[in-house]
Amino acid sequence: MPKAVFPNRFLPYLLLAPQVAITLVFFYWPASQALYQSTLKEDPFGLKSKFVGLANFAAVLGDPDYLHSVRVTVVFSVSTAVLALALALFLATAAEKVVRGKAFYRTLLIWPYAVAPAVAGLLWLFMFNPAMGTFAYLLRDAGYRWNPLLDGDQAMVLVVVAAAWKQISYNFLFFVAALQSIPRSLIEAAAIDGASSTKRFWTIVFPLIAPTTFFLLVVNTVYAFFDTFGIIDAVTGGGPAQATQTLVYKVYNDGFVNLDLGGSAAQSVILMAIVIALTAVQFRYVERRVHYG
Amino acid sequence: MSIRSLILSGVLAATTALPAFAQTELQWWHAMTGANNEVVDTLAKEFNDSQKDYKVVPVFKGTYPETLNAGIAAFRAKQTPAIIQVFDVGTGVMMGAEGAVKPVAEVLEAAGEKFDKSKYLPGIVAYYSKPDGTMLSFPYNSSSPILYYNKDIFKKAGLDVDNPPKTWQEVFETARKIKKSGASDCGYTSTWLTWIHLENFAAWNDVPYGTEENGLAGTDVKLELNEPIYVEHFKALADLAKEGVFRYGGRTSEAKQLFLSGECAMLTESSGGLGDVVKSGINYGIGQLPYDENAKSAPQNTIPGGASLWVFGGKSDEEYKGIGAFFKFLSQTDVQQRLHEKSGYLPVTTAAYEQTKKSGFYEKNPGRETPITQMMGKEPTGNSKGVRLPNLPQIRDIENEQFEALLAGKQDAQTTMDNIVKLGNAAIAEAQ
Repeated sequence: MPKAVFPNRFLPYLLLAPQVAITLVFFYWPASQALYQSTLKEDPFGLKSKFVGLANFAAVLGDPDYLHSVRVTVVFSVSTAVLALALALFLATAAEKVVRGKAFYRTLLIWPYAVAPAVAGLLWLFMFNPAMGTFAYLLRDAGYRWNPLLDGDQAMVLVVVAAAWKQISYNFLFFVAALQSIPRSLIEAAAIDGASSTKRFWTIVFPLIAPTTFFLLVVNTVYAFFDTFGIIDAVTGGGPAQATQTLVYKVYNDGFVNLDLGGSAAQSVILMAIVIALTAVQFRYVERRVHYG
Repeated sequence: MSIRSLILSGVLAATTALPAFAQTELQWWHAMTGANNEVVDTLAKEFNDSQKDYKVVPVFKGTYPETLNAGIAAFRAKQTPAIIQVFDVGTGVMMGAEGAVKPVAEVLEAAGEKFDKSKYLPGIVAYYSKPDGTMLSFPYNSSSPILYYNKDIFKKAGLDVDNPPKTWQEVFETARKIKKSGASDCGYTSTWLTWIHLENFAAWNDVPYGTEENGLAGTDVKLELNEPIYVEHFKALADLAKEGVFRYGGRTSEAKQLFLSGECAMLTESSGGLGDVVKSGINYGIGQLPYDENAKSAPQNTIPGGASLWVFGGKSDEEYKGIGAFFKFLSQTDVQQRLHEKSGYLPVTTAAYEQTKKSGFYEKNPGRETPITQMMGKEPTGNSKGVRLPNLPQIRDIENEQFEALLAGKQDAQTTMDNIVKLGNAAIAEAQ
């Protein structure tokens, strides 16, 4: 079979150029800047700077606050991903059973995805802020000591719920598609054999959508890691007492509030390594195992 | 361009009242919200209408820390605004940026204005000057923390409406009484714990916040916040929180909402919060900032908070002339008097203070002179000139985190204050 070859030697490079340029400008350049910055100790205005080698990394990794932040991130990401997946799957199976107005329900369920993270955060803050939130008043009137401003666990619950709420729509879309790809005949055959709807779900539906679930798990973890800054900033600002300070939030706080640019850059380099690792996992497993019908 | 379109554009320019000659635009980045934001817009408009050469454009940049960060980022990108409002704790950060900023005296001179320090209130001038006396920024909104109380709740609890508590011990006791009487669920709340309960607590009670005159005499500062007077104070506050008498609102001014909604009977907050209190229509009274009855020479004097206006270096002469003219406009006695009466911020010139006094404003509005008298009542000591650290925003962050752990009942007051000193000192040493 003859190989398809471009007649012009330069055309392929020309066609690739825009993509390469974008990657260079938006990834390699800032990434190299971060690497460079992470080896410096500098005043906020950039008037004096000093090369310190790996001292910033040593300081970050030896900082108990950083290790605390790693734990916070793991708790936050796992809770958010699990909650968003479980609720989305529940809603998707429920939406499958609806006979009339299917499209209407689906559209409603997809809407929250269009809400920006910061707006989503504010929405939940307005509902649950102890000083002005409607639901906060209801909770307090019911005798529950609701105060996420001081109670770290409650603050964590609040940001997890807000973050998960936003991601449910995305998961819902994928689950609906996955559910539709399951052959009706399989489910009907099981029903004829007398399998209850719970039994059918766990023995037929769930295994068949497992690849999608795994894919979504990775996507959701990455989302919880990196795209939830706006929510955390709006709802808790990383507090109380660092209870919701994730790694990404700490990069921002140390760099832009505490003005420690070197330490902040070192943290972002570590984060970059984590992203690369996560992406590698995603490619190795997800690409191999997911089949879209 | 055809003659017709030339005429058209001429007509357009005339009808929209745009000046036909070049106007220098001056961006003013600020962090004012609510009633105070309206004041900023009004001032810019009045200045723009008063002359034709310059146009001040106010741009809201978020909270105080966000505005400072925006300024720093702009400096690094060489895209600085003409004027930037920097909050009190950012003063140390800006002062460290030698060469990046232009001292306000030089800016005023560029506008042909002689800068006369003696016209300004001494406490404020001292805070915004270098140790050698050069005043670096223009004091736009200076405030000092005061006690607000809800007169209706006081009446309901059977307390003397015209006699607010004077010491912290009295405040705490009154707050308990109010809760017990059922007049309101929350007796006391406070905005800015770091500013009010540490920085001003130190000055007002005349106890050191740190060595080196709290950083005004040198940068090698060691914090002294784990002395018994602080530990006792925060122990009392934590006890109140446990009883539900004190309610924590947040790190900055969030707690104001708890007072405005009538949930909390007393509030310590900046005098600059007055605009919103007035707007809410609440039946309020004002008292002096409480002091500790165990402090020997209390009350001493409070230190100014709020913010000042900084000018970046590297601008054109034309721009400096415009900025100088704007500062001159802001210093006018009438403008200052209005600013003071409307917003609760302090007048920055002595003339404006005298004129407000003469107008009978303080007789009609009892308590409104309090923030000035408590700041100017006594000659400042080494403990009460202010707090200046190269990284005060970061130190406040550490303090807030520790307070949150304390108020949540996770650690006791002694541990809290020890942690603040230990972590704070390490951060200060790192920032040198």
